Amino acid sequence: MRAGRGGDPAVTVPEAEFRSYYGQPVLKPPVWHEPHMPVYLYLGGLSGASSVVAAAARFSGHDRLAFAARMTAFAGAGLGSGLLVAELGRPERFLNMLRVFKVTSPMSVGSWTLAVHGGLTAAGAASALTGLLPLAGDAAVMASALTGPVMATYTGVLLADTAVPAWHAARREMPFLFAGSALASAGAAGMLTTPRAEAAPARVAAALGAVMETTAAAIIERRLGLEGEPYHQGRAGLLIKASRALTLAGGLLATVAGRSRTLTAMSGLAITAGALCTRFGMLAAGKASALDPKYTVVPQRDRATGRRLVAVPDQEGGPDTP
Amino acid sequence: MTQEAETRPTRVGFFTDTSICIGCKACEVACKEWNGVPDDGFVFRATSYDNTGQLGADTWRHVAFIEQDDRWLMSSDVCKHCTHAACLDVCPTGALFRTEFDTVVVQADICNGCGYCVPACPYGVIDRRERDGRAWKCTMCYDRQRGGLEPACAKACPTDSIQFGPLDELRERAAARLERLHADGVAEARLYGDSPDDGVGGAGAFFLLLDEPETYGLPPDPVVTTRDLPEMWRWAGGAAVALVGAVAACFLGSRR
Ligand code: SF4
Ligand code: SF4
Repeated sequence: MRAGRGGDPAVTVPEAEFRSYYGQPVLKPPVWHEPHMPVYLYLGGLSGASSVVAAAARFSGHDRLAFAARMTAFAGAGLGSGLLVAELGRPERFLNMLRVFKVTSPMSVGSWTLAVHGGLTAAGAASALTGLLPLAGDAAVMASALTGPVMATYTGVLLADTAVPAWHAARREMPFLFAGSALASAGAAGMLTTPRAEAAPARVAAALGAVMETTAAAIIERRLGLEGEPYHQGRAGLLIKASRALTLAGGLLATVAGRSRTLTAMSGLAITAGALCTRFGMLAAGKASALDPKYTVVPQRDRATGRRLVAVPDQEGGPDTP
Repeated sequence: MTQEAETRPTRVGFFTDTSICIGCKACEVACKEWNGVPDDGFVFRATSYDNTGQLGADTWRHVAFIEQDDRWLMSSDVCKHCTHAACLDVCPTGALFRTEFDTVVVQADICNGCGYCVPACPYGVIDRRERDGRAWKCTMCYDRQRGGLEPACAKACPTDSIQFGPLDELRERAAARLERLHADGVAEARLYGDSPDDGVGGAGAFFLLLDEPETYGLPPDPVVTTRDLPEMWRWAGGAAVALVGAVAACFLGSRR
């Protein structure tokens, strides 16, 4: 059994005793590749939140921000779809994703949402670029403000709906983490692509998103016991620490970024880098969590023992009741 | 024949009685032969007589060896064909489906290798074969069953440690076997996966073990992840609303 790293004072979980089959994992780790999956998670969130920003900007008269956000929403969905297809073991069969619709499969819900969202954002972008059918373009942007929030949050359910202990245990906070990160990313993209005079709402979005993401991450850290350990250790721990520092710094800078181009660039880039680190960190933590049998066995053993002690208080010595 | 199979009313399964397993690996070999499962690589693990290590895309029966002070434990592991199967629930293409025998099977011509079933399985059974990009696992010899034959592993097992049949019958047989072992003083004998009240609604392939499940590499209290899915969608809904609210707030302060 490996000894826990004692360096992080936030980790107060005592070293757990458990049995395993030669220390081998009980679960299979997620097979998703880097950079495809984490970058898709980033782009999907960016696109989703950007479409909401685009709609709000359009109707509040922030036309340049609306245009930029519309383009970002389209680019994020387009590039993201490409990465998602490349991630498949059989990319030529990507259309099989639309063979059925299953609410029990967050990936099915996500594929359908991405298909619709991608179409809507493409229509919105095409209309804005060509100047054709402006009303239809606006309608597409409005509709993408409904698919966008699904894009930005379903990924939390996607990860949580697995047997991976670090992901499943964080199922409540995960959608908020992704939503916050998506909002910050969209704000950052808006700041970087819109003249400063018109980018005030993007700066607020960046700051608010950074607060939301950091809060969700802090709650994960506090609420999860042993299952949360992979978020603090090894490569995942480094990535999550980097994400926290970059997101907070970028969020703080966003509040003053209206003053100069340099501040705007620093803030936007820091938030973008932070959002990417979040996604790479989540994937790394999930893999580490599945590969160490401790995270599977110890919580389950506690649960099983607790239940048996309640049902059969004197089970020691007697035959086990299954 | 097919018609008869399609109207078959009872659910079938495996009862693997590890107390009489001799670790001969006939099941592993029969499975590979019948199903044409490719080589999984010979690994000398230097821990035991186990050289397949774990279930995977190319290992559909895996015989575990546990060397303890005064005894050897041997157990042939397999896909549990869960009543509530996470792999099937999360599969976005419908490649994973429930057969007329109440077993869980991947359709190789539909799977697009998205890999979602892999981390969803609470037992670490199904895996993606990177050479052909698709997910693979035990089919409980779906083709043989359609032909009225028992699965190859059960057929090949020389001690009848692997028993195949209607699940109800197997559960009764297992309960009787457990009672007998307890009467003989084997207090550590226990059934694993037999109860329809467990976290996966009962396994279609269940076991009689002589030690705690984790000793064999099995999870002690597996739960199908989709049990919590309604709750997860609710939290995501909350997050989606929060996102829209936050964006609205960003623009309230600066109407043009
Ligand atoms: S054991 Fe895993 S692969 Fe087999 S049916 Fe259950 S969830 Fe699916
Ligand atoms: S890898 Fe294949 S079987 Fe597994 S969830 Fe994806 S499509 Fe379904």
